[in-house]
Amino acid sequence: MSVTVQVLIPTPLRRFTGGQAKVEATGATLSEVLDSLDAQHPGFSERVREDDGQIRRFVNVFVNGTNARDLAGADTALKSGDEVGIIPAMAGGAE
Amino acid sequence: MTGESFLLPAEMAQEIIEHSLAETPRECCGLIAGADGVAERLYRLHNLAPGTELYEIDPQQLLDLEFKTLPAQGWEVVAIYHSHPHSPARPSSTDIALAGWPDAVYLICTLEDRENPGIRGFTIRDGEVSELVIRS
Repeated sequence: MSVTVQVLIPTPLRRFTGGQAKVEATGATLSEVLDSLDAQHPGFSERVREDDGQIRRFVNVFVNGTNARDLAGADTALKSGDEVGIIPAMAGGAE
Repeated sequence: MTGESFLLPAEMAQEIIEHSLAETPRECCGLIAGADGVAERLYRLHNLAPGTELYEIDPQQLLDLEFKTLPAQGWEVVAIYHSHPHSPARPSSTDIALAGWPDAVYLICTLEDRENPGIRGFTIRDGEVSELVIRS
């Protein structure tokens, strides 16, 4: 049975989802969910992952409010009903 | 939401300057929320970056704001601010490289001249920087 999760889409990435702030996606891991999102919304995944599949340093992905970096990153296991939230960093510096 | 100018209420400009002075020598950071580009509320946020030359807003705070607090008010992120304690109020190469919110106004407060802090505003889209006129 497939795992279905809700994904919260941040404002800067809503141009990939037709303006939707929340979409459904399937996948037993975060990586599979991002694959599924990319199939539905081409170009989405590269905004979130590096070429090696890991989550970009300056993008944060949360699973039920916990940063995936504190879990298993892109390999984090998911169960139906989980909520995935994606937030591009707000960061910079004087250098 | 951005045009040739951005209306930054005087009390918010003052709060950004006060926040910048309070955090120096570290960079301060926060955001302004509102609707249709109109500033409604300023949120001071935590800078998680180490040292004095970087800022990274606490992503946990952003998660709550972006998906709960702001939508509940019908708001979105209108502007993102941070300080440059020892350099001019213009986007650094790091600011440009890490800019991931193309619809937001990036406000930078300089304390290079501590007696005369200044705030300038920019959009940063795909590496392209455009300055906006800041009105109050």
